[in-house]
Amino acid sequence: MVRIPLGDYVEIFIDWLTDNFAGFFEGIKNALEATINGFEWVFSTIPFILMVLIFAAIAWKVAGRQTGIFTGLGLWLIGSMELWNATMQTFALVSTATAIALIIGIPLGIWMSRSNTLDKILRPVLDFMQTMPAFVYLIPAVYFFDLGPVPGAVATVIFAMPPVVRLTSLGIRQVPKEVIEASRSFGSTSSQLLYKVQIPLAMPTILAGLNQTILLSLSMVVISAMIGSGGLGDVVLKGITQMRIGLGFEGGLAVVILAMVLDRITQNLGQKRA
Amino acid sequence: MSKVEVKNVYKIFGPTPQNILPLLEKGTTKNEILKKTGHSVGVNNASFSVEQGEMFVVMGLSGSGKSTLIRCLNRLIEPTAGQVLIDGQDIVGCDKNTLIEIRRKKMAMVFQNFALLPHRTIIDNVAFGLEIQGKNQEERKEKAQQALELVGLKGYEESMPTELSGGMQQRVGLARALATDADILLMDEAFSALDPLIRKEMQDELLSLQVKMQKTIIFITHDLDEALKIGDRIAIMKDGVIVQIGTPEEILENPANEYVREFVQDVNRARVVTAASIMKRADTLVSSKEGVRVAVRKMKEESISSIFVVNKERQLEGIITIDDATEQIKNRKENIEKILNRDVQTVSPDTLIEELIPMVLNSRYPLVVVDENRKVLGIIFKASVLAGIIGEEDSDG
Ligand SMILES: Nc1ncnc2c1ncn2[C@@H]1O[C@H](COP(=O)(O)OP(=O)(O)OP(=O)(O)O)[C@@H](O)[C@H]1O
Ligand SMILES: [Mg+2]
Repeated sequence: MVRIPLGDYVEIFIDWLTDNFAGFFEGIKNALEATINGFEWVFSTIPFILMVLIFAAIAWKVAGRQTGIFTGLGLWLIGSMELWNATMQTFALVSTATAIALIIGIPLGIWMSRSNTLDKILRPVLDFMQTMPAFVYLIPAVYFFDLGPVPGAVATVIFAMPPVVRLTSLGIRQVPKEVIEASRSFGSTSSQLLYKVQIPLAMPTILAGLNQTILLSLSMVVISAMIGSGGLGDVVLKGITQMRIGLGFEGGLAVVILAMVLDRITQNLGQKRA
Repeated sequence: MSKVEVKNVYKIFGPTPQNILPLLEKGTTKNEILKKTGHSVGVNNASFSVEQGEMFVVMGLSGSGKSTLIRCLNRLIEPTAGQVLIDGQDIVGCDKNTLIEIRRKKMAMVFQNFALLPHRTIIDNVAFGLEIQGKNQEERKEKAQQALELVGLKGYEESMPTELSGGMQQRVGLARALATDADILLMDEAFSALDPLIRKEMQDELLSLQVKMQKTIIFITHDLDEALKIGDRIAIMKDGVIVQIGTPEEILENPANEYVREFVQDVNRARVVTAASIMKRADTLVSSKEGVRVAVRKMKEESISSIFVVNKERQLEGIITIDDATEQIKNRKENIEKILNRDVQTVSPDTLIEELIPMVLNSRYPLVVVDENRKVLGIIFKASVLAGIIGEEDSDG
């Protein structure tokens, strides 16, 4: 049987990229680093108690009293396990990855909703991005961006972006045809149609995409810690490598609490508007 | 100049519509074209014009091309060929910005499933067209408010569309169209999604709004009763072709072909045919000036037992009977005023047979058809009502 050296081709391509776009990757790296550090600085400068109260208040407001109380208690528990700083590092990474996924994903989703050709091309690409074992992204990420939080963020964006693209496109395509016709019949331009009708009506679906993206980002926490992203992933890794079951459990519990808090809040954002 | 003029409009769906045009001109049918070329004919050579203030109804069975035709008028669907003139300006050839201007200023559309924006309050829905035009908040609010009041939804400004019943939602749809002050309303099966009672109510309301506003309305329906009730003129479509255009009565009286005849044969004529088309000419009237003797002579000539009395403007005064008249002549006290019975049942020319039936049954005399100044237009006998229902009235009305 003939062996097709696909792996070699990928290596050649990656080499070519690093040779020719070193400056480009350097720029991205710096920008990402600055963003992550910025988030981290903000999250860790705000005092623990205040941060817990802010989260609890937001959760209470969008998702009701129960979720608000749960959020307050959960975050307080994280603090009492002395994992607050690690949690805020992780939250900074997740925030950065999610923000980038939205900035790229929403316009891409809008474009995809308008073009059947692009839709046909992107669908398999998105499936690929999401089903490829996430570890695989670590290699090129490290290759281009060294170790640290930046390659972690990049791998996370690639893995976590598909839902936002897909659901933005789906949400826009689901806007009833008559409503689009109505808007056009009153003389909307295409941007009026987009901003006054399509995006608002697609918003619950787009927010569902945001929710999935955040959860997928959190699922990358441990994986990206393997390339030095730090945060809660690091705590879990330490638990594994040093056989410290208690530490591993606490780190894992903190990830779960953060995930539940972010999930409940974003989920209810979507439902409020529906 | 007509408000809307449609000239030889075609719409063919498929990859190469232009190639299909010659086939249609040769008379190939929609079915053959679909089989041979896979193209679907939506509209086939439609031409008509609609005057300012007219209510023009397009009706036909499902798939006959009504929705396609009405969407060609504002180019929600791009016609394959032909012209659509709005106030004399061809919109098929015009550029994008002109089209947007025309959509904003000249026409507004009402949709079968209301097509409201679910995330906006009622008032913001109604103001949508104005917002698109870039009108400021104050003006939007004021005009939207007026339009809401016009359709009887005052007090619902801050409700959300899902909180309203279907009928109310369609009032919102109508208000949204009225708020822009467009002269032309395009209504695609606007009442078809409503249940029958609400539907009838909306029809009545549209008619009474139309009296006030005199819009040019193009109204699509697949329901003949609705078409006959609200249409000034009706176009009947089949397979993309307009097979007949006429007033409701013309279409009932002279169906252009078998298709139309089948359509109209089940119509309840009592709900369509009006007093104007079954009334007899009022030949035998007597002027109050002419006096009792002339009246008696006329009655004898026509061998009738009573006669209507009018003044010199032909306005109805009342009726006198031959018995009372001959009595007066015998007593040499001729005075038409004394024997004049002013209690005569009158009707307007657009009264439906349905409404005439109880009147004609309860009245001792024939009914008199009068215009708004009580001028006599014609007379309706019991027999003419009956003939009108079964469709055999002769045409001297
Ligand atoms: N986008 C389209 N692509 C292909 N064919 C179409 C398209 N839209 C309409 N048609 C065809 O054009 C014809 C007319 O359709 P149209 O929707 O105008 O009918 P209609 O009279 O409004 O019917 P209904 O009462 O069901 O609304 C139909 O044969 C339909 O299959
Ligand atoms: Mg239709």
